[in-house]
Amino acid sequence: MTLVLNRIDDRLIHGQVVVGWGQPLDVKFIVLVDDSVAGSDWEQELYRMGVPPDMEVLFHSAADAAPLLDAYRAERRPGILLTGDIPTMRTLVEKGGVRDVNIGGIHHRAGRTQHLRYVFLTPQEADALRELSTLGAVVTAQDVPAARAMPLEELLAAREGGGT
Amino acid sequence: MSDVVVKRALVAGHADFAAGLISAVEMISGCGNVLEPIQVRGLCGDDIQKLLHEKLVETGARVIFTDLQAGSCTMAARRVLRELGEGVLVAGANLPMLLDFAMSSNENAAEAAAAAAERGRAAVSVHGAPT
Repeated sequence: MTLVLNRIDDRLIHGQVVVGWGQPLDVKFIVLVDDSVAGSDWEQELYRMGVPPDMEVLFHSAADAAPLLDAYRAERRPGILLTGDIPTMRTLVEKGGVRDVNIGGIHHRAGRTQHLRYVFLTPQEADALRELSTLGAVVTAQDVPAARAMPLEELLAAREGGGT
Repeated sequence: MSDVVVKRALVAGHADFAAGLISAVEMISGCGNVLEPIQVRGLCGDDIQKLLHEKLVETGARVIFTDLQAGSCTMAARRVLRELGEGVLVAGANLPMLLDFAMSSNENAAEAAAAAAERGRAAVSVHGAPT
């Protein structure tokens, strides 16, 4: 097995990740890459308490994670790579060999436009996702396994109330 | 006589979890109005945290019930209670738990929450399980 999902989700570890993806994919570890969480023991304990006992959570800053991803991909256990934002995932695409990116949740904030129920983007963030694609990553939006993986251009064209 | 209802707890979770459970509490006991439903659909973690904080301040409640231990509401609630330095969080809420809390005559909401958590835990049963 390997890293079975490379996900951008601003809620980081939560129900969709642990249960929605974790159970059907039999995920045994989560690599959580976030500079802020990597620097806080309290935040790490918070996230560890949210996963089942047989699921390991490993915390890294973006800079520290990139050179470790080959080793994580060589793991026999299935795992999820998780970032809370696009710039962190970009680092992992550029320097960590990530070649497919799942957009799982980028939620409402001032200045963002709603594309899907769970994806809101500023124009700059939309460009940043296009750049991930230019760098060679296949970018799709999919909140849960039962949903369709929506290609990036379709996502960027979608708007709230448009049936998506 | 005042018609003002004191909110004793917030209920937060995925999708319509909170509103659904509170409507059931109301139907069964008529006490659903002591619980404040929190709708978080479409919100990022920071905004959930902000919303919970605002609602705790607005209502004066210091108890939060959430659905999943790994849920974003639970994560946000733990951060908010840490900020406030007080309050009780019960993750894994179910209907028997909320009924017990809503109908409790214990004026100490934290104690009522702890008792309700035990009630909710004990209310789970399995019938016809393979032996």
